[in-house]
Amino acid sequence: MSPRARPPATGQIAHGRADFFNAKGAALSFQSLILDLQRFWAEQGCVILQPYDIEVGAGTFHPATALRALGPEPWRAAYVQPSRRPTDGRYGENPNRVQQHYQLQVILKPAPAESQDLYLASLGAIGIDARLHDIRFVEDDWESPTLGAWGLGWEVWVDGMEVSQFTYFQQVGGIECDPVSTELTYGLERLAMYVQGVESMFDLDYNGASGPHSITYGQVFRRAEREFSAYNFEFADTARLSAHFADAEKECRALVHRGLALPAYDQCLKASHLFNLLDARGAISVTERTAYILRVRALANACCEAWLVGPISVD
Amino acid sequence: MSELLLELLSEEIPARMQSRAIEGLTGLLHDKLAAAQIPAESIRGYVTPRRLTVVAEGIPAAQPDRTEERRGPRVGATQPAIDGFLRSAGLAALTECKIRDTDRGEFYFAVVNRSGRAAHEVLPELIQGAMAELPWPKSMRYPASDLRWVRPLISVLCMLDGDVLPLPLGRVPVGTTTRGHRFLAPGEICVTSAADYVERLRRAHVVLDRDCRIEAIRQGLEEASAAEGLSLKPDVELLDEVAGLVEFPVVLAGAIDADFMALPPEVLSMAMRTHQKYFSCLWPDGTPAPRFLFVANNVAVDRGGTIIAGNERVLRARLADARFFWDHDRRVPLKSRVEALKDRVFHAKLGSVYEKTERMVALSELLASDVPGADPHLSRRATRLAKADLSTGMVGEFPELQGIIGRYYALHDGEDPAIAQAIADHYRPLGPEDSCPKAPDSIVVALADKIDTLVAFFGIELPPTGSRDPFALRRAALGIIRILIENSVRLPLKDALTKAAGVFYRQRRASSWDDRVPSIYAELMTFIVDRLKVHLRERGVRHDLIAAAFAQVATTEDDLVRLLKRVDALAGFLASEDGGNLLTAFRRASNIVAIEERRDSRRYDGEIDPALLRQPEERVLCDRLAEVGDRSGTLLAREEFERAMAELARLRRPVDEFFDKVTVNCDEPALRENRLRLLSSIRQTMNQVADFSQIEG
Repeated sequence: MSPRARPPATGQIAHGRADFFNAKGAALSFQSLILDLQRFWAEQGCVILQPYDIEVGAGTFHPATALRALGPEPWRAAYVQPSRRPTDGRYGENPNRVQQHYQLQVILKPAPAESQDLYLASLGAIGIDARLHDIRFVEDDWESPTLGAWGLGWEVWVDGMEVSQFTYFQQVGGIECDPVSTELTYGLERLAMYVQGVESMFDLDYNGASGPHSITYGQVFRRAEREFSAYNFEFADTARLSAHFADAEKECRALVHRGLALPAYDQCLKASHLFNLLDARGAISVTERTAYILRVRALANACCEAWLVGPISVD
Repeated sequence: MSELLLELLSEEIPARMQSRAIEGLTGLLHDKLAAAQIPAESIRGYVTPRRLTVVAEGIPAAQPDRTEERRGPRVGATQPAIDGFLRSAGLAALTECKIRDTDRGEFYFAVVNRSGRAAHEVLPELIQGAMAELPWPKSMRYPASDLRWVRPLISVLCMLDGDVLPLPLGRVPVGTTTRGHRFLAPGEICVTSAADYVERLRRAHVVLDRDCRIEAIRQGLEEASAAEGLSLKPDVELLDEVAGLVEFPVVLAGAIDADFMALPPEVLSMAMRTHQKYFSCLWPDGTPAPRFLFVANNVAVDRGGTIIAGNERVLRARLADARFFWDHDRRVPLKSRVEALKDRVFHAKLGSVYEKTERMVALSELLASDVPGADPHLSRRATRLAKADLSTGMVGEFPELQGIIGRYYALHDGEDPAIAQAIADHYRPLGPEDSCPKAPDSIVVALADKIDTLVAFFGIELPPTGSRDPFALRRAALGIIRILIENSVRLPLKDALTKAAGVFYRQRRASSWDDRVPSIYAELMTFIVDRLKVHLRERGVRHDLIAAAFAQVATTEDDLVRLLKRVDALAGFLASEDGGNLLTAFRRASNIVAIEERRDSRRYDGEIDPALLRQPEERVLCDRLAEVGDRSGTLLAREEFERAMAELARLRRPVDEFFDKVTVNCDEPALRENRLRLLSSIRQTMNQVADFSQIEG
């Protein structure tokens, strides 16, 4: 029996971990790691959502987290979200940095008292046995200036490597969260690199298949990294991006005015991503930067307020 | 006597907050017990990453009984007043009251005996109060309780002599149970007493006492390094921090790939210490060894093999990044990176780092002649290259290594070692603990950087306000002060600041800069002198000595080294017997002159008429004043402050004899005036050395 096949030491929570190992008991593929985590969180009563179809910098921006964290209704969801961070692009040449990576995002509202135990059990579900590893909760207060959000929590280290963010949301869109939610963000590539023991993200075994069907992360994404890095750093038309930013801002305001919180929030997300692109192009000075962040935050706040007002009546 | 055991088990408390939290909680409980008249004989706090524990022993079983007297209405007061008083005092009849004679007449007094409440009744309120008042740098809400805490509370163990004290904490359980180590003993533990608690936690892999954890880690580190024939690089700060990250420390050792050892030690240390909290080892000859030690919070079933492998991999990834930058950065010489500083904003209103560099270069040329041993060409080139490493990948990854990386790259480019050193040194001193640059060219660059920063931010009218100093201008001013003083650099600050302001305004092509320069100079000089005063006070120099020696700063003095010599000489002089006595005489002389000048509404600072010097004591004093004035003036000009003060000491005897034998306020007006002029002249002679009127005590 390989060490990974043992149940986790904290094993208070049942899960169907073993199904997702491949026949040799070898490390999880990238996709089975995702499937494992989704299965685990589905068993905790989470809605398993799909990625939001607008570019965002982090899973938190998905309306399933940003908006649903507000208001009194209980809510549990988990989903994978591609996170686009144009400034982190390295043309696919750095083994640890990419302009788009995947996050697995979990939101538990209200924050359960056993949040930490659930999280540790989820690590057990992907073969990280707490009896073999050194798992730490290291202070890390989370803040998103563009989202007007903050919370307290930790980054989670496994044997010295940060694999997750763990946050108790205190405020989103400038509004107090009541009840407080637990937000978990797994950096999937990092986690997979750790589980598979590879040194470069691009060497990750993506699908666990052997022979002609075997696919690495690099085969799937390296071209995208090269092309998007070139776009983000060299070719994005900054004048047009600025104009798009202004349009999205205007549209967002107009939609908030009509009480259409979700379409308005889409425009806020677009503005946020356009700002990130402008930033990557070096088109924003330090002082302008603050001004841009404040403009996006104002939109986010307005959307969050509109969301809390409730659905508009159709007639 | 009772024993209180309180344990607040929570999710992980940030390491940096732990010490203050347990001190705060223990202090609050101590004070509250005392205030409630049930003081503990001993009270002790413990802190781990997950728990704050207080054990208080020798708590009295109850508060003492108290007798209170309440004064009621006057004897003979109206019946309603008396009835009201009886009702409020809980008495049935007036016979239960005493009548007492006071200075305002006879009054009824009610004697109320209050029996003290039992400790177990009072304690929950006190504990609740202490928990609510405990200040956290940041606290949060969480669903289980209304009490804000640093992270969610898991459970509370609160008992007096084994009995649970109830606390209203919502859904957070309060009782006699706790939990052991998160991974090694996660089950519930039932506790009967404080001793039992400590023992059970010990068995549950929790080292409760922080000092014991520190000691265990220190021992483990030393054993682990000795086992490989290495020595541990001592790091008290890191040891302290790590002790706040683990409940059960396990020291493990990992290997660093040999080819990373060629990286600068500062880079290794940054990746290892700052980012990963690893300890370094040294070979017997003191050079860095390819080993790192770290502290895990778990006894792994494979004896740590997986944990070590994981940590080695993380470090490898970090160092591989660093080596990538190290190799790539050095392909481009530093001098070609200066241009890139045009894209790096220094401050929105102050333009780019390139523009700052230009100003620094102009300034370095002006400063080089004032710094003995500085080579104008070397310091100029060092200044030009000083900020170039900001655009390297390595400094992008490790911003704290700015300057230090520049030094390595400059050496690689074949720059003069003095230039490389100046690049590394020019940000220093980084704080009060950091040392100052010593090499002449380093001094020039460091001064140019700091003086330009001050002039620039004052120039755009962004000086520090109150506690807000976002551009670290106080640190820059203190840096200038320390560099000048510690290296005895005789820099005429007025000249330097004026020139720096000139450079600044010329670059900005501001038309009205001529008007602004004098006011910038005055503002900055005040700012720097204020920092100097703070600096001296922190070093224990008496504030009145500072005031006395600084009296001339406003007008003529702008050389900090000379200023400090004056302070030192003055302190030495006043500590001597002559100095003390002369100060007494000085005060007597100035007081008399001041009183008479006030009374006569005129000043007595005219020439002394030798013809009117009647008594020998007058003549001796007059001659001595002239002589001392001349000589001390010469000595002052030569900056021989101690000798100038010693010269003043020669006034002591003639002044004392003057006061013994001569009557100042005599009947002859002309004589009186001449004597007052003589006294006034004592004041003037002494004030050229320092303003003795500022001295206290």
